Amino acid sequence: MNSEIIGTILIFLVTLLLAYPLGKYIAKVFSGEKTFSNFMNPVERLLFRICGINPNESMNWKQFLKAMLTINMLWLVYAMLALVFQDKLPLNPDGNPGQTPDLAFNTAISFLVNCNLQHYSGESGLTYFTQLFVITFLQFVSAATGIAMLVAQFNGIKEKTTQNLGNFWNYFVKSITRILLPLSIIVAVILAFNGTPTSYDGKDNIVTLQGDSVQVSRGPAAGMIAIKQLGTNGGGWFGVNSAHPLENPNYITNAVETISILLIPIALVFALGFYLNRKKLANVIFAVMTFLFVIFCSVNIYYETGGNPAIDQLGIAQTAGSMEGKEVRLGAAATALWSVATTSTSNGSVNGMHDSLTPISGGVVILDMMINALYGGVGVGLLNYFIFIIIAVFISGLMVGRTPEFMGHKVEAREVKIAALVTLLSAFLIKGFTALAAYMVAHHPEMGWAVQPGAWLNNPSYHGFSEMLYEYTSANANNGSGFEGLGDNNVFWNVTTGIVLLLGRFLPIIAPIAIIGLLANKKFIPESPGTLRTDSYTFGAMTLAVIIIITALSYLPALALGPLAEYFSLY
Amino acid sequence: MAKHKRTIRLFEPALLGTAVKQSFVKLNPRLMVKNPVMFTVEIGTAVMLAVTLYQLFTGDNSQGALWYNITIFIILLLTVLFANFAEALAEARGKAQAESLRRTREDTPAKKVFTVGEMYVNEVKVVPSSQLRKGDFFICEAGDVIPMDGEIVEGIATIDESAITGESAPVIRESGGDKSSVTGGTKVLSDKIKVRVTTEPGESFLDKMIALVEGASRQKTPNEIALTILLAAFTLIFIIVCVTLKPFADYANTPITIAAFISLFVCLIPTTIGGLLSAIGIAGMDRALRANVIAKSGKAVETAGDIDVLLLDKTGTITIGNRKATNFWPADGIDMTDFISHCVFASLADNTPEGKSIVELAGEKNIHAKQLPANTRMIEFTAETRSSGVDLADGLKIRKGAFDAIKKIASNNGNVFPKETGTRVNQIASNGGTPLVVAVNNKVQGVIELQDIIKPGIQERFERLRKMGVKTVMVTGDNPLTAKYIAEKAGVDDFIAEAKPEDKMNYIRKEQQSGKLVAMMGDGTNDAPALAQADVGVSMNSGTQAAKEAGNMVDLDNDPTKLIEVVEIGKQLLITRGTLTTFSIANDVAKYFAIVPALFIASIPALQSLNIMGLKSPESAILSAIIFNALIIPALIPLALKGVQYRPIGASALLRRNLLLYGLGGIIVPFIGIKLIDLLLAMFM
Repeated sequence: MNSEIIGTILIFLVTLLLAYPLGKYIAKVFSGEKTFSNFMNPVERLLFRICGINPNESMNWKQFLKAMLTINMLWLVYAMLALVFQDKLPLNPDGNPGQTPDLAFNTAISFLVNCNLQHYSGESGLTYFTQLFVITFLQFVSAATGIAMLVAQFNGIKEKTTQNLGNFWNYFVKSITRILLPLSIIVAVILAFNGTPTSYDGKDNIVTLQGDSVQVSRGPAAGMIAIKQLGTNGGGWFGVNSAHPLENPNYITNAVETISILLIPIALVFALGFYLNRKKLANVIFAVMTFLFVIFCSVNIYYETGGNPAIDQLGIAQTAGSMEGKEVRLGAAATALWSVATTSTSNGSVNGMHDSLTPISGGVVILDMMINALYGGVGVGLLNYFIFIIIAVFISGLMVGRTPEFMGHKVEAREVKIAALVTLLSAFLIKGFTALAAYMVAHHPEMGWAVQPGAWLNNPSYHGFSEMLYEYTSANANNGSGFEGLGDNNVFWNVTTGIVLLLGRFLPIIAPIAIIGLLANKKFIPESPGTLRTDSYTFGAMTLAVIIIITALSYLPALALGPLAEYFSLY
Repeated sequence: MAKHKRTIRLFEPALLGTAVKQSFVKLNPRLMVKNPVMFTVEIGTAVMLAVTLYQLFTGDNSQGALWYNITIFIILLLTVLFANFAEALAEARGKAQAESLRRTREDTPAKKVFTVGEMYVNEVKVVPSSQLRKGDFFICEAGDVIPMDGEIVEGIATIDESAITGESAPVIRESGGDKSSVTGGTKVLSDKIKVRVTTEPGESFLDKMIALVEGASRQKTPNEIALTILLAAFTLIFIIVCVTLKPFADYANTPITIAAFISLFVCLIPTTIGGLLSAIGIAGMDRALRANVIAKSGKAVETAGDIDVLLLDKTGTITIGNRKATNFWPADGIDMTDFISHCVFASLADNTPEGKSIVELAGEKNIHAKQLPANTRMIEFTAETRSSGVDLADGLKIRKGAFDAIKKIASNNGNVFPKETGTRVNQIASNGGTPLVVAVNNKVQGVIELQDIIKPGIQERFERLRKMGVKTVMVTGDNPLTAKYIAEKAGVDDFIAEAKPEDKMNYIRKEQQSGKLVAMMGDGTNDAPALAQADVGVSMNSGTQAAKEAGNMVDLDNDPTKLIEVVEIGKQLLITRGTLTTFSIANDVAKYFAIVPALFIASIPALQSLNIMGLKSPESAILSAIIFNALIIPALIPLALKGVQYRPIGASALLRRNLLLYGLGGIIVPFIGIKLIDLLLAMFM
């Protein structure tokens, strides 16, 4: 028991040890300093020449967003077509069928927006072609998009007054060639050596110890699993994700994958400090995020290793903790850590079933996705955090008697308006759609759809409510994990979560970039003793308060009806 | 210093009546809609009225007991009324403040000057002051009340300005120069002046200020607009919370009454700050007025809180009034008596306090003032030449002035500046004195030493400003050495020595280019461009009309240190808004814990564990929450009107303090308040 907890602590510490130098390296890559990866230069130059891109062309915030949105739109169309017609494309040894249009809509969007909500099972729902050239491809580019947007934000903060946020294509390509690709190769090799398949053969036939004959799916999985973790994508090769023995064979791979989930998001926080030369700001942000992260982890480890009271009442000993939906080879504590890591970073991969988490842990992972800024998805996590900073800056600026300013730029009505709208958006998408689903279940369970609303939920009552709440929270946070008791592969869920995914991805990217573009255009105000420093721990506490209060106020009733009601009924 | 003589008690009985009446008038939805938060409460109140009426006529009790619904309706109505009352009270106080100023000048008889006939003979007729228009002339003699704001075109008079400044000592106003402005409502004590009216009736500064505090023409300030947006966003979030609660409750098979929905909504939206927001703004203007500062807009007061750099004239602000001559230092080979006589000649026509002090000092040395000989030509001091003097009929040209100005005169005429006088000049300057060099026929004769006396307590004020993050800059005509000495002694951060009017302007521009906000105080016409350029320009009421037009505030007390108070008032305004917003939003935590379990207790008994306050019943929980929500508004009116104290302890320390006080306090207080109300209600229910 104790060694399990020590294991989780060690995994987190190793992550931090790796993230710090990686952050320094990332800052160097984007500020154009010399790094060991300069050998990629010719490749990048070739790519730019083929595409007719001048990587040094400066872009203002509108041009930057335009470039990002245009290329994303193209990917969406490509991905949808490929998924619908995958049965007619090569690399389909298992003869899997094409996806239905609504499923393809959901899947394409889901991977485009770095979410990886999967309403299908990888073994039967995709072919090797789409796994590689749609899924894995989107896992790289969506992560790189997030990093490129974050670098634009860094540039806006760094300069005193500027229109130039850098070049989208430049940052985008370098994110892949210098960061995602090298790291993925390392992780993929480790996974492959530990037993994760890297074969193009179709299903294999094995005979189990009991003598049953079983079809085992395979494929070139190791590389895809590496980027799924590193790019905070989360969409697995196999249906049950990293709980699958081939996707996550042993404790070593589990540790490597957990580290991969957290590595780049944490490194980007440090990168902010190095890139802007404001290490204290990075430290404060890191401290706030880590404070909540550690609390969430502790709560989940406590409840998951503590076991399920319903089983206690049956008089069954639970020395290993609550093992329902968990893997014996990994243990309860490792799954508890993973559950928080994956929901903090909008990753969404799982190594155990979140549906089976004890009520408080289930509530914590939902809450974690509602905040969606504790490290957060690659690039976008810090952008989300930035929205909280703007609101904190505004309120605390007033509290010290000065027109609020962030990094020398006045925060005025327009910026507050944009930040407030984004804050509103999450509440609207999560609660609005959960309400719609709850309404359908309550009032129209017999609706004549392919899957009737009454049949959506395997567990009615509070847990069923949590399942619906989780699904939309996960979609809005672009997380992608699910409380899998929900029957979600049907038109209603495919379409509604698709909409939530799109809005929950792009508006929270557009808004902070717009704010930073507006701020960077303003006159720079030098710091004076009366200025409220945003790199102080006092301000960090203020941001923490804003995060907690806004989230609590927006979601407490929903959490009360789901996880809390379940908890109080069970314990 | 400001006299706070006209301080009005917070709940002045005379004002309460008006405020109560206005609270009902303001229920008009067309007025309410300007305040989105309270407008939604009014809609909620209207819905509750409809529910109650429906129940009265149909007897349908599906929405809860009649008494319960009526109680909810009344509490909601009170919530709106309390918010209106806060605004009305702030307006009434401001109005009372302004009225007491305005009353002094209404229907004052004015001796208007008419030009009649082809010869333009002046004729004086007595008309009511309301008939005076801009550009008209009127006469005021000893004992008359000045009917309108204006500028003296002829004469000099002593004037009692106590009606507007509260300062009983009379002041002198005269035509020409920087002290030519008179204010309506003040009283001429001696002599006779001719005044040109400078404002149309109803457009004077005072009228503008009155309109601002009355709220009629009050424009929301930029920070207020941003805050309103944030509060509107919070309101929308809570609309989402409440609307989605209906399907959630349906899913959980829990019927929720309309009263409960509306109560939850009203409790959650930031009614506390929403209800007090405009009162805070008006009270800020009112505080400025009580400090005897008339602001042209609320924005100016708010900007004052952001000031980074403060330009202050040395004389009268940092030093007591004027410099006095303390020593005569003739150059080598110049006879002391001759030197002093020349000094006296040069100063007889000079009516500045410095000039007079030279004559006085000469008198002490038994060289008494003679009349200036006939046909003497006066050379006035100008900011450009920075010297003055006389040309006597016998050809003697005497000049006295700043070191560099006289040096220039001497060297232009091929005369060397005596070395020992140069040394003396430096010595005087480094001792904080002002050297006034005297030249006769372009030859330097010696130097007069003038000494400054620094105001007691001024260092502490500058220290306070430094802690606020405001840099103080002393503006003086003195040479750099003198300026440096006084700057160090007084504790200012920077100084502009030998300042010409354009130097101020350049300094302001330079600071503004680096992104700083600059405030300055001035009175002269030549200050007008700098006053207009500065982000906050405070002109003195005694100053010229041009200066008053250029600035965005007028100080009725003519007190140069007033800027410090203005900065604090501006900061107080923002802090009050920020802290009450924090308080208001922090309150919601406790309200959730009161209402959410109450809503679901029937169908989900397990949620009773969330009722950590142990409230008696669902009805009493909801009632306690909305009663607390309503009562907190009047409870905070005094704080809103007085403003939250600003403390110059550094931004982070101040944030920590206010976060603990109003953030943590805002979380804890309602838990206690709601529990107490619930205990009271339990006795009746």
